[in-house]
Amino acid sequence: MNKKFKFRLTRRAFAYPYMIFLLLFVVVPLVIILINAFLDDNSKFTFANFAEFFTDAGGGLTVLGNSLIIGLVTTVICLAIGYPCAYFLAKYHASNRVFVLMFILPMWVNFLIRTLSTKAIFMAMDVDLGMGTVLFGMVYNYLPYMILPLHTTLVSIDHSYIEAAEDLGADKLNVFLKTVLPLSVPGIVSGITMTFIPAISTFAISEILSSSKIFLFGDAINMHFSKTTNSFGVGSVMSLVMLVLVIVANVIVNLTSKDEEVSSVL
Amino acid sequence: MKKRNLIGRICADGYLGLVLAIMYLPIFLIIVFSFSGSSRFSFDSGFTLESYKQLFDPDLNAGLISALKNTAILALSASVISTILGAFSTIGIFALGRKLKKITLTVNQLPMINSEVVMAVSLMVFFAAFSFIFPQGMTRLIISHVAFCTPYVVLSILPRLQRMDPNMYEAALDLGANPFSAMIKVVFPYIMPGIVSGFAMAFTLSLDDFIITQFNKGDTGIETLSTYIYEDARVKSLEPFWFAVFSIFFVVMFTFLLVMNIKKTQKEAKK
Repeated sequence: MNKKFKFRLTRRAFAYPYMIFLLLFVVVPLVIILINAFLDDNSKFTFANFAEFFTDAGGGLTVLGNSLIIGLVTTVICLAIGYPCAYFLAKYHASNRVFVLMFILPMWVNFLIRTLSTKAIFMAMDVDLGMGTVLFGMVYNYLPYMILPLHTTLVSIDHSYIEAAEDLGADKLNVFLKTVLPLSVPGIVSGITMTFIPAISTFAISEILSSSKIFLFGDAINMHFSKTTNSFGVGSVMSLVMLVLVIVANVIVNLTSKDEEVSSVL
Repeated sequence: MKKRNLIGRICADGYLGLVLAIMYLPIFLIIVFSFSGSSRFSFDSGFTLESYKQLFDPDLNAGLISALKNTAILALSASVISTILGAFSTIGIFALGRKLKKITLTVNQLPMINSEVVMAVSLMVFFAAFSFIFPQGMTRLIISHVAFCTPYVVLSILPRLQRMDPNMYEAALDLGANPFSAMIKVVFPYIMPGIVSGFAMAFTLSLDDFIITQFNKGDTGIETLSTYIYEDARVKSLEPFWFAVFSIFFVVMFTFLLVMNIKKTQKEAKK
């Protein structure tokens, strides 16, 4: 008994350095952001940062609204293009790993390289940089992140469910609507978060593909923390808002998928 | 009935082909026009290797070479550190009591789910507040990269550890191994595949990172590949030089990833 207690103690000890590391470099920085949100330029307690953001004095709320809309449109397009992709891949090409991989690979090529390439092509084609090009860039960038979790879920659906539905007389449409679609909900939800959250908070994509005309939430946070603006307080409030969105999204994911993890293809 | 299936199959493949074509079209165009020596997407001066020759021009490539060097140093040290940290701590976390384990794993998830911008600014503010401990430069970058890579290492090792038969470890102890050598000789070999894929993931994540590096590089002039591309190619338009660089990247990355995965598939097929 004594020996067992001792060995558990030794093994646990391996977790302590990392727990301290997480506390220092993940938790404390977020706490500092939280504190910053309540401080003015002279480090005095204030609600002014919240007031400035939520009354839209600096236009922060408008930017958030625009970002949410662009994020939503991006996500819907990604889902509309990505779901059939993932479905057909799972149905006809599940065993052809390399072909499936082709749809995920662009994810691993630096997004700046891909975004700048598309910008160069748009400019050569004399396309006006604006909302359309930003949306294209967003969808182009996030589509693999939508296809990956969808494909993982669709491939893992037990085929006997589909056969059972067919045996019980469901036609093709009903098999899809009443069996495949409900079973793929966890994949849909995690695909949505994997595109929506990065899409609203990214910076650089909208900046590059609209020549800085379209300004998203990520760009706004970036701006508030840059040396020239130096308005950390409002930036911190915006970061907190972003954090709340992230947490809400993840609570939804956890509610829909019990313990499933989206495993990477690689 | 059979004929309808065939038509469905053809439509499906057509759709997949179309999506793939659009996905790869920009990449394809960049590679093709990297041989035009101009950035206007036309072969005005015919087929030329001018863009590739510029790669050897010391005036043009100095920034790129130093950025590549920094990227390699950063990605290697961050992935090695986070793999070692991740491997040991996963074993530790696994042995923790239920409550503490749950808390640790939840916090461990934070860097993965959090939006990159928020993680980046929080680290930036943190480093600024404790700048006397964390000097600007590589130290901050390595710490921040370890912070966002290690959670992935932990989560790629944890499932293997959960599948491991606890009796194996006990047996090693019964046969006279002390806890440490039991861990090195029994536990580690078993979780090795998780460690390897964790390392690969940490390395690619660090290599690919832009946002966290951009916020934490400070003004020491350290640029990684991502931040250098951002600073250079965004301001000026894409010059022929970059066409060559991007093309090489596309080809190297895709070949590497494809070969890796084909090998993996073959290995699995043999089993």
